[in-house]
Amino acid sequence: MASSETALAADRKPRGIGPFLRSQMRNIAPFLTLIFLSLFFAFASPSFATLDNLGNILTQVSVTGIIAVGLTFVILCAEIDLSIASIANVTGIAVAYFTLQESYVNIANVPMPGAVAILLAILLCALLGLVNALGLTVIGIPSFIMTLAMMQIAAGISALLVRGQIAYKVPSLISTLGSGSIGGIPWIVIVAAIMLLAGHLVLTYTRFGRYVYMVGGNREAAEYSGLNVKLILGAVMVISAVCSGIGGMLGVAHFGSAQQNEFDTYLLDSIAAVVVGGTSLFGGRGGIGNTIVGLFVLGVLNNGLDHVNIDSFLKILIRGLILLAALVINVYAQRLREQTAD
Amino acid sequence: MPEGRSPILELQGITKSFGGVEALRGVDFALLPGEIHGLVGENGAGKSTLMKIIAGVHTDFSGRFLVNGQETRFRSARDAHAAGIAMVHQELSVAPDLTVAENVFLGNQPTNRLGIVQWRRMAREAGEQLARFGIDVDPMSRLGDLPIGLQQLIEIARVLFSGARIVILDEPTSALSPPEVERLFTTLRRLRNEGTGIVFISHFIEDILRVSDTVTVFRNGRKVAETASSATTKGALIEAMIGRGGEALEHSYTDDLSLPKPSDGPVVLKVDQLSLARSLRDISFEARAGEVLGVYGFMGCGQQELSRILFGKLKPDGGTLIVDGAPKTFASTAAARRAGVALVPESRRAMLFHQEPVYKNVSISILDRISALLLKPAREREIAQRQVEQLQIRPPVVGLDLGMLSGGNQQKVALARWLTYPPKLLVLCEPTRGMDVGAKNDVINIVRDLRAKGLAIIVLSTEPETVLSLADRILVLKRGTLVREFKNEPVSKDRLLEAA
Repeated sequence: MASSETALAADRKPRGIGPFLRSQMRNIAPFLTLIFLSLFFAFASPSFATLDNLGNILTQVSVTGIIAVGLTFVILCAEIDLSIASIANVTGIAVAYFTLQESYVNIANVPMPGAVAILLAILLCALLGLVNALGLTVIGIPSFIMTLAMMQIAAGISALLVRGQIAYKVPSLISTLGSGSIGGIPWIVIVAAIMLLAGHLVLTYTRFGRYVYMVGGNREAAEYSGLNVKLILGAVMVISAVCSGIGGMLGVAHFGSAQQNEFDTYLLDSIAAVVVGGTSLFGGRGGIGNTIVGLFVLGVLNNGLDHVNIDSFLKILIRGLILLAALVINVYAQRLREQTAD
Repeated sequence: MPEGRSPILELQGITKSFGGVEALRGVDFALLPGEIHGLVGENGAGKSTLMKIIAGVHTDFSGRFLVNGQETRFRSARDAHAAGIAMVHQELSVAPDLTVAENVFLGNQPTNRLGIVQWRRMAREAGEQLARFGIDVDPMSRLGDLPIGLQQLIEIARVLFSGARIVILDEPTSALSPPEVERLFTTLRRLRNEGTGIVFISHFIEDILRVSDTVTVFRNGRKVAETASSATTKGALIEAMIGRGGEALEHSYTDDLSLPKPSDGPVVLKVDQLSLARSLRDISFEARAGEVLGVYGFMGCGQQELSRILFGKLKPDGGTLIVDGAPKTFASTAAARRAGVALVPESRRAMLFHQEPVYKNVSISILDRISALLLKPAREREIAQRQVEQLQIRPPVVGLDLGMLSGGNQQKVALARWLTYPPKLLVLCEPTRGMDVGAKNDVINIVRDLRAKGLAIIVLSTEPETVLSLADRILVLKRGTLVREFKNEPVSKDRLLEAA
């Protein structure tokens, strides 16, 4: 057998720069997009390429970044979580609900010590994530539908807690992390950076991270390898919900208020960041590195469009088109890779 | 019989190769109107290839192809269909989410002038057709809710009543119960009497002899015999199928082989009264350490289901599994793995990660042992490297993406994964399917090594050679039940085929 099979295998070995570039397209394309956008805005507006503005961009993408960490895990497993923004919202509201508000705030809240409030809020988002996990793995509801339902449920809990009112106070730890800064660097940027780093380390260097990639890459094979696929899928749903919850708490502190529908735009932004960055919607390819590039693409785009004096309605359309382009690249890159591999 | 009639279908000197391997070599074949023509041969003998040429699936072949005496070349299955040729493929191809009636009329639903489907007419006609076939079922029920055998019957009914003048049935009876087979045969005979030409492929030689007028035998891509069914016997056909003499390159297992005395190693697996819906009934057996247990049976006999139950992928309806003395109900494949059971499914694709490097494919099942939390890639590579060298996987580069390896080497990677584990019970489905002789021998040697190390191994195959080359004890599975056990006695391919 040896000779013929070896020859065959050698033939199939794609070497050279062309196939390499093709297989790396999902990593290269977002990066080129980022460089192109940055250069474009730098030439179009003198106020864009400044250190101050870089700080702005970083702060603007922080909440999205924190939420996107968990979403990256979910998308790597070829699932989706549509409840991230709602869970962020309800967790932010919950932490305010358990904090003593000023007398003019008309909410029947339950004041607790700061640490307890934070703990309860985290428990809440973990619990909602667990419901997502059980729906997906035990009952077998597709994540798209399960998390769509959870989006409504979390929004409903938010509504019941604040009843159309606005809360302002959050525990001091949260308000420091959300709106304070140290040595000129906002805490929220530091938290986002730490969480992204932690996400990257887990995905790259831990056994769990490997399982996430394997389950995403070929779920059937993962099952035939004797992995507990349901446990892994459940875990990523909980991770996603907890990341969203942390993003929600810090977001509330950052915005200075907790109210209904505060995070609605973060659903699309987070999904866009992960996908624009090049993480495959079919699972198994990509990672936090991609998500970071995606965050910057979105951040630069949003921020840059403010600098170049553009019709704010056109801005929405442009964002939509960029997202579409990223999806085309995402699907195309997957196909190229499959061709190279087979 | 069919003397004096001119064939509705005639093929002359058909040769077809797949990537340099000849699947058919100069085959002549003729089908008369009003004839049921049985086709027998081992897996890979060329039966299905020939039928796919007739049905317009394979269009690239050499030789003459005549329909009603006219030389024809189909460019697609659609052309064949237009020429009145219909085929029931081996694998069920129905739309489970559509109704029975929609399935019967798939692709040509009755419509009115506006192109709107006439549901009532469709349901009525579907019901009538099925009733003629002896199937009593609500035409508006969802097909997927019916038992597999009934689904298969409905698919057959669709093809039989499509008005085709040439009907090809490839292994149509594998999922059918005996009364259902009877009904099918009655219908086939009636269609024959109405002038339809029918080709019937089956592993069940008794069925072929009962229903067909003529039998053709294939071996190694050649037609080796054609005779009237009434003039032959099961034994003669089996002999023609497997061929005496030195024609085959490989060991042909036609002569008696004596199985060794059963192992007296400890019982690793005890299966008791296992059943699964229509697939398995009352399966009981034991597998011992240091022994290779072969399970032989035709396609669809329930082997696949059995292997999946052992690995926790399917849940049985009844019966018990006892692994190492402890009763188990596996909630997941992970639970089966932890209990020491490993499975290599018949399709390598199903258990390997093609876009990941070889070493990750090897280490995936032992990660929990070599790393508590953090991965140790260097250690993974080292373990994989050792396996790659031991199993002579080519090329011996553990960092190469698995998809770049040839099929035989991929199969070795699949084995390598479980060798590093190592399990107490290793279940192998079709471990040598589609391999060349050298790779086959490599796999056989690996399995023997494992047996010597004291593993209990179960080999499930639809190829008698595979079972005969590996097993110390052989169980024969037929339509979901165990019908025969060979142990400490002579066995040969004839005897296996005879039992199945």
